Amino acid sequence: MFIEKLKEAVRKILPEVDVVIGYRQGFDPLHATPYFLDKPEQVDQLIWNPLCVQNLCSYIPFLKGKVGVIVKGCDSRAIVQYMQEKLITRENIKVIGVPCLRVISVKKVMAAINQQTVQEVTFEGDNIIVKIPEGPKTIPSADVAPRKCATCQLATPLQYDVLAGEAIQSNKPQDTFEETKEFEKLSLEERRAYWEKEFDRCIRCYACRNACPMCICQDKCIAESRDPHWTSQRANVTEKAMFHMIHGLHLAGRCISCEECERVCPMDIPVAKIKKKISMDLKELFGYEAGMNPDDTPPMYTFKVEEATIEEHEI
Amino acid sequence: MSYLAGKELRIVGFLCNWCSYGGADTAGVGRFKQPTDLRIIRVPCSGRVNPLFVVKALLNGADGVLVSGCHPRDCHYSDGNFYARRRLEMLKRLLPFLGIDERRFHYTWVSASEGARWKNVVTDFTKAIHELGPFHQKEEKTECS
Ligand code: SF4
Ligand code: SF4
Repeated sequence: MFIEKLKEAVRKILPEVDVVIGYRQGFDPLHATPYFLDKPEQVDQLIWNPLCVQNLCSYIPFLKGKVGVIVKGCDSRAIVQYMQEKLITRENIKVIGVPCLRVISVKKVMAAINQQTVQEVTFEGDNIIVKIPEGPKTIPSADVAPRKCATCQLATPLQYDVLAGEAIQSNKPQDTFEETKEFEKLSLEERRAYWEKEFDRCIRCYACRNACPMCICQDKCIAESRDPHWTSQRANVTEKAMFHMIHGLHLAGRCISCEECERVCPMDIPVAKIKKKISMDLKELFGYEAGMNPDDTPPMYTFKVEEATIEEHEI
Repeated sequence: MSYLAGKELRIVGFLCNWCSYGGADTAGVGRFKQPTDLRIIRVPCSGRVNPLFVVKALLNGADGVLVSGCHPRDCHYSDGNFYARRRLEMLKRLLPFLGIDERRFHYTWVSASEGARWKNVVTDFTKAIHELGPFHQKEEKTECS
């Protein structure tokens, strides 16, 4: 059983670190929740299944001492990006890698079962079987996976100290930013109306920022500071748009596309769409993808005297 | 000049102290005739211009924003404008994604001696903004206060 391999890996690492971050069962069978453990007897509480969606790396910059963490391929880009930005001492982090081909979005499952109470969840091949009051419902995992999984190239994490299980290859096509390009075909007015409608729902709970592995300054986030006063407490769409521009631009060249922002949003706002557009431009202009190689320099931290890809603009 | 006949629009200009602000000064000393919609904010370097300055200005009432610094290789601090170029280019591409016409934002390079070039930049940019019209004609959404 894979879970035994994972527990074994955690047991081995536990004496070397102050805490290990993994997953345990949440409040119902559909929810996994982050679990911080520091005693061997806690290891048996660990779980692993496609519902272990959270990017646990987000906690690392806030923790002192040595930390063990369970990471999937997509999460591992956070570790790489922390290394690029010198936000962690790699030796202090013990990465327990897990091969992964697909996770499952809780929101999408809930939509598929009409928000009914979940009594039991099992996995069979490429399906998730959810037991609801009217009986078991079988849903193909691919139908309820987050969109990032459809083009994920990192079935095996980029960084790990121990790998639970065997290294595997991704079987997915590359991301070609189709969705972003489609959106850009809309007229300016349509795009503006789209975002006004989306941002209008934002309640500025900042969950998207709090879950972001790269928003490492969230204790002093300028979206909440009075000095400087970038955004006011007014509840209008202008202030909301301003917050999203802050969040998006602070992640330019740093966003690792884990799409945690979108996963945690209680208002279903497609916030990752903005980051994706920025990532697309960065790839086009500077051939850069965040979180892929620890030796890269983020493109906004450097320059070229002659920028082959940037042309002067006419008025 | 018909575009000057109507109401003035609000254009914000972030100018670096060493080149473009000097260029604007040269244009003034040379008594070049220029439109007066532009409000200048002097910054030490175009590298000081956080792209969010531009966003904040546009979202909060500006009809256009102009950023001007020293020509590449001429930065007083040697590399501030190189960083600015990357950041501002990213912003220029992002604005239309959110439905803001990218022509409302322009970044360019004007040296302290280029009074005539400054005059042209201001005149052309002001004209372009007047052609686009005011950015904020719609009523603000209702606020909970
Ligand atoms: S999580 Fe959603 S509602 Fe909360 S601040 Fe972010 S976008 Fe707004
Ligand atoms: S939005 Fe910007 S200031 Fe706020 S936490 Fe993220 S990176 Fe920091």
